Amino acid sequence: MAERTHKSKQPSDRTPATEQADLAATGTESGERLKAELDDLLDEIDDVLETNAEEFVKSYVQKGGQ
Amino acid sequence: MALTKVCGLETEYGIVVRGAESNPVTASSLLINAYLSATTSSDRVRWDFRDEHPAHDARGFSLADPFTPEIETTLVNAVLTNGSRYYVDHAHPEISIPEVTNARDAVRWDRAADEIIRSSMQYARSILDEGAEMVIYKNNSDGKGNSYGCHENYLMARQTPFGRIIEQATAHLVTRQIFCGAGKVGCEEPGRAPHDVAFQLSQRADFFEEEVGLETTLKRPIINTRDEPHCDPQKYRRLHVIVGDANMSEVATFLKVGTTSIVLSMIEDDVLGDDLVLMKPVSAIRHISHDCSLRQRVQLADGTMATALEIQWGLLERAQKYERSHGLGSVDEEVGVVVLERWEQVLTGLEANPDTVAGYVDWVAKRRLVEGYAQRHGLSPSDPRLKAIDLQYHDLRADRGLAYRVGLETLIDPDEAIAAMVNPPTTTRAYFRGRCLARFPDEIVAANWDSIVFDVGSDPLRRVPMMEPLRGTADHVATLIDDSATAAELLARLSRD
Repeated sequence: MAERTHKSKQPSDRTPATEQADLAATGTESGERLKAELDDLLDEIDDVLETNAEEFVKSYVQKGGQ
Repeated sequence: MALTKVCGLETEYGIVVRGAESNPVTASSLLINAYLSATTSSDRVRWDFRDEHPAHDARGFSLADPFTPEIETTLVNAVLTNGSRYYVDHAHPEISIPEVTNARDAVRWDRAADEIIRSSMQYARSILDEGAEMVIYKNNSDGKGNSYGCHENYLMARQTPFGRIIEQATAHLVTRQIFCGAGKVGCEEPGRAPHDVAFQLSQRADFFEEEVGLETTLKRPIINTRDEPHCDPQKYRRLHVIVGDANMSEVATFLKVGTTSIVLSMIEDDVLGDDLVLMKPVSAIRHISHDCSLRQRVQLADGTMATALEIQWGLLERAQKYERSHGLGSVDEEVGVVVLERWEQVLTGLEANPDTVAGYVDWVAKRRLVEGYAQRHGLSPSDPRLKAIDLQYHDLRADRGLAYRVGLETLIDPDEAIAAMVNPPTTTRAYFRGRCLARFPDEIVAANWDSIVFDVGSDPLRRVPMMEPLRGTADHVATLIDDSATAAELLARLSRD
């Protein structure tokens, strides 16, 4: 299992891709932006969401698919 | 060397009619006809069923009878100038994008397909009664145990043993859902209650019951054995992948097609090895889907345990090594390099904190929305509003679809997607199909993946076979088509070449 189990990467083998993800992971610009966008969306979602959610969910039936 | 991974996507869309009585087959036909009448002037070109063999099994036998009804020749079935097929399949509108040669083009024509659907909804509105509306959803389940597919197709060498594909591709198809799952509220696994699982990674995982098989509508298998290459069967096979979700995120589609193309190239070049093999793929696909913590371990054939993330890291490391030893020519070198970077980025992000990939992983984006809404209003996991958010994430109306509001990263410029509604890819035979349809619509009577039938008047009908997916590209035939004033002239020039 040694080879296939991934271990935490050492600094030496970090690539721009991992650094980019780390930046996001540490919370910051893109994390903050996403959170602000989510808050905005949660503010407006009731205007967009189907008015009768229960009826909408109940009537959404799709028979005959692959 | 691995063959160029010519690939395509076929998406069945969910359909709802509001404010009018309608069955889904009629509604799907109306939707497609509305688009065709508005966008094509000549009599439309019919799909040609002559070379369809959905009952041929890659394992070497054929089941003719049980599958015969699958071909419903009377339903709407059109070929578009972008090389795609737009038709009614079962009870859904479906678009099969044209053949492309890399993941980025797959995203571009998948986006074009969404635009075609959006236009179709608008055209259909003018046909329907006042107040009635047709709404299309790009998802894969209705939450009541009914599922419909987003299938992928990849060109493989016939000489690659099918047993090796089954053995080595399964682990990727089962674990890639950690970044290309579209997310789902609730559970549809047979025998379990809907609220046994509050939220899961994949739309489709609950519906897979077999490891290998020919079916697509019941007892669905992780590896589908349909042997219908739509090209030279002596040289090629088309691997038909039915486990994937339809993605709203362009990056997720890019990763789904890009990583799978690389994994299949490694299998073709026989460098993947046979140690990343799952002991029980069917239970693994559900375990992984039902575990948003990504910590659940599944058993490998050698008895060891690994998480989906660990298996994906193993695949990525091999892919990086493969790039160094073989190059990524089979998946388009330039695009392949980006696939490897994004693959590493998404695994790193998922490992650190899934919320960091909310900008491009559908299940994460959807879960944030569902959980955020539930917390704000103090809702229980079974509140219908949460399932409504799940469904509406996939609503293709620009002003209603929640996926369009969560800030997903895009890869394709909107103008590129719009252009791809009518223009074919330049790097495959789809170019010949699409351009001939655009230039000579009145002289083509039928078309399908591997041939076009012309009627040039005086002679009997002429079938032009296209058994090589990489012939008929813009490089081969653009000048020929552009310089021919009529289809007859084109055919004469083709037979001279």
